[in-house]
Amino acid sequence: MLNLREYSSLGAALRAALERWPNEICLIEADRERENLRLSYRQFKERALPFARALQSAGFTADTRAAIIMTNQSKWLISAYAIFYCGGVLVPLDYKLSAAEHLQLLAHSKTEFLIIEYYLWRAIAQAAQFRDLMARVVIVTEVPANAELHGAARWEEFGAGGEPEFVERKRSDWACIVYSSGTGGRPKGCVMTHDNYLEQCVALTSLFPFWPGVRYLSILPTNHAIDFMIGFIGPFICGATVVHLRTLRPEFIREAFTRYRITYITVVPMILKNLERGMRERFAALPPQRRRVLQAMIAIHRALTRRRPHVWMSRVLLRPIHQAFGGELRAIFVGGAFTEPSTLQFFYDLGIPVGNGYGLTEAGTVITLNDFKPFRADTVGKPLPGTEVRIVEPDANGIGEVAARGKTIMSHYLDDPEMTAATIVDGWLMTGDLGKLDASGHLQLFGRKKNMIVTAGGKNIYPEDIENAFADLPVKEFCVFAANYIWPQRSMTGEQLVLVARIDDSSLPAEELGAKIAEGNRRLPDFKRISAFLTWKRDFPRTASMKIKRDALAEEIRAAVDRASLIPV
Amino acid sequence: MPTLDEVTNEVLQLAADHFKVPRQQLAPGDDFFKKLGIDSLQALSLLTKIENHFHIELPDYELQGVSDFRTLAARIHARL
Repeated sequence: MLNLREYSSLGAALRAALERWPNEICLIEADRERENLRLSYRQFKERALPFARALQSAGFTADTRAAIIMTNQSKWLISAYAIFYCGGVLVPLDYKLSAAEHLQLLAHSKTEFLIIEYYLWRAIAQAAQFRDLMARVVIVTEVPANAELHGAARWEEFGAGGEPEFVERKRSDWACIVYSSGTGGRPKGCVMTHDNYLEQCVALTSLFPFWPGVRYLSILPTNHAIDFMIGFIGPFICGATVVHLRTLRPEFIREAFTRYRITYITVVPMILKNLERGMRERFAALPPQRRRVLQAMIAIHRALTRRRPHVWMSRVLLRPIHQAFGGELRAIFVGGAFTEPSTLQFFYDLGIPVGNGYGLTEAGTVITLNDFKPFRADTVGKPLPGTEVRIVEPDANGIGEVAARGKTIMSHYLDDPEMTAATIVDGWLMTGDLGKLDASGHLQLFGRKKNMIVTAGGKNIYPEDIENAFADLPVKEFCVFAANYIWPQRSMTGEQLVLVARIDDSSLPAEELGAKIAEGNRRLPDFKRISAFLTWKRDFPRTASMKIKRDALAEEIRAAVDRASLIPV
Repeated sequence: MPTLDEVTNEVLQLAADHFKVPRQQLAPGDDFFKKLGIDSLQALSLLTKIENHFHIELPDYELQGVSDFRTLAARIHARL
C-alpha cells in the first residue's frame, strides 16, 4: 500500500494510487448477472480527469462543496475523485432519503455542485421546495432519451479536454461533510478533514490489509462512512478492486461472491442475519448423515481456531461452505448497528470471521474493531490504533458513557457550535452510548444514554425527525421517544420508537388513536415507524421557549408507568 | 395491456405464493411490511418474481418509499 504519511490529502493519495497500479483493476460494476464496466486504475484516471476539467471550467475551485446522491456505482467514485482532485469538499448524501430531505441537506451544506442519478433528480425536481435549490451546476447520470432535465447537464456530455489543475490541500482542510442522520430541523453535518480519513485509513489497513488482487464487494451505500472508507479509499490506496453491485437482492449478492471470488464485504446486521438464517435452513435440510459430518467438522474447526482464525485450514476443513462464498472470502465486516454475538459466533465457527466494531459518523468510520486476537463475540473489539476510549462516570459495574479521542474524530458539526460543544468535550467525543472496558481492553456496549435508535439496517433514527408525520394527530400534544430512553435496557438490539399522546376527556378512544398513528406511519419508511403508543393525561413539561423537555417528560413517565402500558400500533 | 387492477391482483397472488400466505388475506392497500412481517431485504426478494412474471426489469429503487401493494402495482404498470 501507499505510505500515507507522505500525503496531505485524499486527492493526493488517490492520485498517487492511480499512478502506482495503472494496470490493476480498480473497479467492476455489475448489475444482476451482467457486468456493466471494468476499469483499470489507468482507465479510471482517464474517465475522471476530463470530468475534473469540466468541473473547473464550470467554476469549481478549492473548497467548493459538491454533493453526490447516487446508488453504488462507478460514477460515484469517479465523481468523488474528481472533486478531491479539484480541492473540493464532498457532501455524500444518502440516496434513500426523500426529495424534501435531500433539498434540506443540500441547502444546509451550501452545496454548489450536485451529481445525481436521474430517478433521484426527477423526484427532487417534482418536490415543492425545488425552487429553493441553490446548487448552480447539476450533473445527472442515467438520463433516458428525451427526459426533462430541469436545467441540469447530462453526465455523458459533461467533460472537457485539457489537463485539469491538481489542487493541493492541507491535512487540516475539510474533505467531506457527512450527515450522520437527522433532518428534522437540525441536521448534523459532520465536518471531516483529510487528516481524519488518512489516519483512519492507516489504522484500518494495519488490522485488515488490502493488496492488489483483493476484491471488495461494495453493497453498503458509499455515502455511509464505512463504505466510503473500506469500499473506496482503503482498497484504492492499496491497489485492490472494488466491485459494485447495482442490486441488493440476496440471490445476486450470493452469485457475486462466486463470480468475483470476493475477499471482503461489509454488510449491515440485517443482511448478516438473513445470511445466517438461509445457511441454517440449508444445514437443516441436509440428509442426517451429511448433517452429522458437517457438525463434526464445525466442532473440530471451532477447537482449532479458538485462539485465532486460520484461513487456509478453514477453507480445507469446511470446503463446501467456503466454495459457496467464492473460496477466497477472508472476512465479513459488519457495521451500522449492533450485531448479536450468536450471529458473530455462527460465522466464526465456519471460518468466516466477522469484523464487528463500533463507530459513529462523528468518529470517521470506527472507534473499536474486533482484531480476532482472539475473537470475542461478546464485545465490539478494542480501540483502533491511535484512538483512545474512556468510560465517563462509570457506575459500580464499570458502565458509563463511552468517550473517544484521536485523529479520526470529526472537526465539528457544520454551522452548529452549540451542538459541537455538547458533543466534543475537552477533545473527547461523547458518544451517548453506554459501555464498559474489560480487563483486556475490549469494549462492551450496554444500551444508550441518548434518545435515538439504530435499526438492524444501520439507520440512525432520531425521534424528533419523524414527529412531522403525525402533525395532524388529534391530541393536545404528543412526543416521540426511543422506548429504551424512557425505560433503559441494557441492550443494543430490538429498539423501538413509541409515541406519547397527551389526551383529555374529549380525545378519541385509544383504539381510534392507534388507527390514526398507523395512518401517520404509512407516510414513513418502514424503519422509521412507531411501534406502540402511550396515553398521558398531564401537560408536558416545557422550557421557557416552550420546547418540550424530553428528558423531564421521560423521567415522569418512567416514574408513573412501565413498558407494559404501551399499546401496540 | 393489463389494467392496473389486473396487475394489482397478479402482484397480490405473487406475494401470497412467495411468502406462503393465503391470497384472500392480502388486500391492495395493505402495508406489506406489516402484513407479511417482512423486512426491506425480504421485500426485495419479491422483485425478481415480479420481473419474471411480467417480463420487465424493475430496478431496486422502484421499491424505495413503497410499502403497499397498490403503489407497487402502479410502478409495474408504468413499465409494461
